[in-house]
Amino acid sequence: MKNILKYVIVDIVQNKIVLVYTFLLLLISLSVFNLESNSAKGLLSLLNIILIIVPLICIIFSTIYIYNSSEFIELLVSQPIKRKAIWLSIFWGLAASLSLAFFIGAGIPILLYHADATGFMMIAMGLFLTIVFVSIAMLAAGLTRDKAKGIGLSILLWLFFSLIFDAIVLFLLFQFQDYPLERIMVFLSFLNPIDLSRIQILLQMDISALMGYTGAVFREFFGNSLGISLSFAGLIIWILIPLIFSLKKFKAKDL
Amino acid sequence: MIIGKNITKKFGKFKALDNVSVKFDKGECIALLGPNGSGKTTLIKSILGMVVPDSGTIHFDEQDILHQWLYRNQIGYMPQIGRYPENMTIAQVMDMMKDIRTTGHVKFDEELVKSFGLDKILDKRMRTLSGGTTQKVSASLAFLFNPDVFILDEPTAGLDPLSSELLKQKIIKEKQKGKLVLITSHILSELDDLITEVFYMQEGQLLFHKKLTALKEETGESKLSKAIAKIMSGQPA
Repeated sequence: MKNILKYVIVDIVQNKIVLVYTFLLLLISLSVFNLESNSAKGLLSLLNIILIIVPLICIIFSTIYIYNSSEFIELLVSQPIKRKAIWLSIFWGLAASLSLAFFIGAGIPILLYHADATGFMMIAMGLFLTIVFVSIAMLAAGLTRDKAKGIGLSILLWLFFSLIFDAIVLFLLFQFQDYPLERIMVFLSFLNPIDLSRIQILLQMDISALMGYTGAVFREFFGNSLGISLSFAGLIIWILIPLIFSLKKFKAKDL
Repeated sequence: MIIGKNITKKFGKFKALDNVSVKFDKGECIALLGPNGSGKTTLIKSILGMVVPDSGTIHFDEQDILHQWLYRNQIGYMPQIGRYPENMTIAQVMDMMKDIRTTGHVKFDEELVKSFGLDKILDKRMRTLSGGTTQKVSASLAFLFNPDVFILDEPTAGLDPLSSELLKQKIIKEKQKGKLVLITSHILSELDDLITEVFYMQEGQLLFHKKLTALKEETGESKLSKAIAKIMSGQPA
C-alpha cells in the first residue's frame, strides 16, 4: 500500500494542476487579506470563496484523475495487490496532495493574518471539505465507466451541495414558515457537508446573531464542544460513507 | 494447478462465459483458441481476478481465488493491449513493478529486456512507444519475476518476426522448466512447436480440450492449423 501511495503522490505532484490550484488559493487569500483593512472581514470573504472553490476543484480534479489513471489501475489489478490497497492508495494520494495544496494556499495565509480559533476552525473545515469531496469523487467515478457521465455526475453533485440543497431548504422554510423548523434545520444541515462547515465557521465568527432565532438554535446546538464534536463526526461520516460504497463497487468491478 | 468449475460470466445480456470448466496442469503449454469474442480473454481475466464471474469457482493451487491476491505473485500476465501510465518512462514502469512485486529475494529475469533491446531506450516515455514496443514491454514484465504460470494474451500480435521468434524461444525455455503456459493466438502456425494441449472455445463455451498429439492423430494432420480447420469445417476425422 505504501509503495502504491508513493507512486500516486509523485504522479499527482507532477501534474501541474495541483500546483496551479495551490497558487490560485495563495493568490486569493493573500489579496483578500491585503484588500480588507480588518483581517476578520478578510476571513469572511475568504470563507465564501473557500466554500465554493475547494469542493469544486477537489471533486472535479479527483474524478478526472481517477478516470485518467484507469491504465494504472488496470495494470495494478493484474498484479499481486489487494484491490482495496489500490483504491485506498488513490484516495489517500488525492486527499493528501489536495489537503497539502489547501494548507499551503489558504492555511498559511490564514495563520499569518488571523491565527485565532476562527482561523483554525476555517483551516480544519477546509481540510475536511477537501477530503469529503475527494471521497464523493471516488464514488462518482466508481459508479460509471463513462468518463463524460462521471464528470457530469460530479459537477451535478457539487452543484447540489453548493446551491440546490440550500434552495430546497429555503423553499421548505418558506412553505412551512408557520411551523417551528429550527430543530429540523439542525438535522438538515447534517445532510450537507458544505452547510456543516459554513455553520461551524460562522458560529466561530460571532455573527450568528444576524441569523435570527434559527441562529440562536444553531448557537445552542453547535456552539458547545458537544456540537462541535458532533459536526466533526458528521463530516467524518461524510468521508467514510462515499468511500466505503465506492470501495465495495470497485471490488466487484470488471476491468 | 488451475481448476475452474462452471464459470459463467454475463456482460449485460451477452454471455461471455457459459458454464466453462477448466483444468490446467503444471508443465503444460496450453493454447486457448477460438474465434473473436469466444470468451478467451474473459476466461484469462477471470483467472487473474480482473473479472469477477457471476457464478462458478476458480481454484489456484487448491485455493479459491475469490478476493484473494497473493496467488498473483506466481503469475506473469501479458495483456492483449498493454495499457500503462503514459507519462512514465520504461525504466520507471519497470522499477515500479519491481517495487510493488518484490517479496524479498526474487531474482529478476531480464533476459527479454536485453534481447528486445529495451535497455537502450529505458528513458522513453510510454506515450511515445509504438504498439510493438509496448508489447515488448508487456512481455518483458510478464517474464521479469520468474513466475510459475505465464498467461500470454496474443503475445506475438504486433511484434516483428525477429522479436516474436525471440519470445517464442523464451516461452519454450520456460516451458522446459516445467512451468504452466497459457497462450491465446490466432496465428496457429507459430503455435505448432510451442504447445502441448489445445483448449478450443466457441460462443463462451468449451468445445474441446485435448492433447495436441491426440488432436493430430484424430484428424490425421501434422499441422495444428490444418487439424483445427478440419474440425471446424465439420469433416469427420
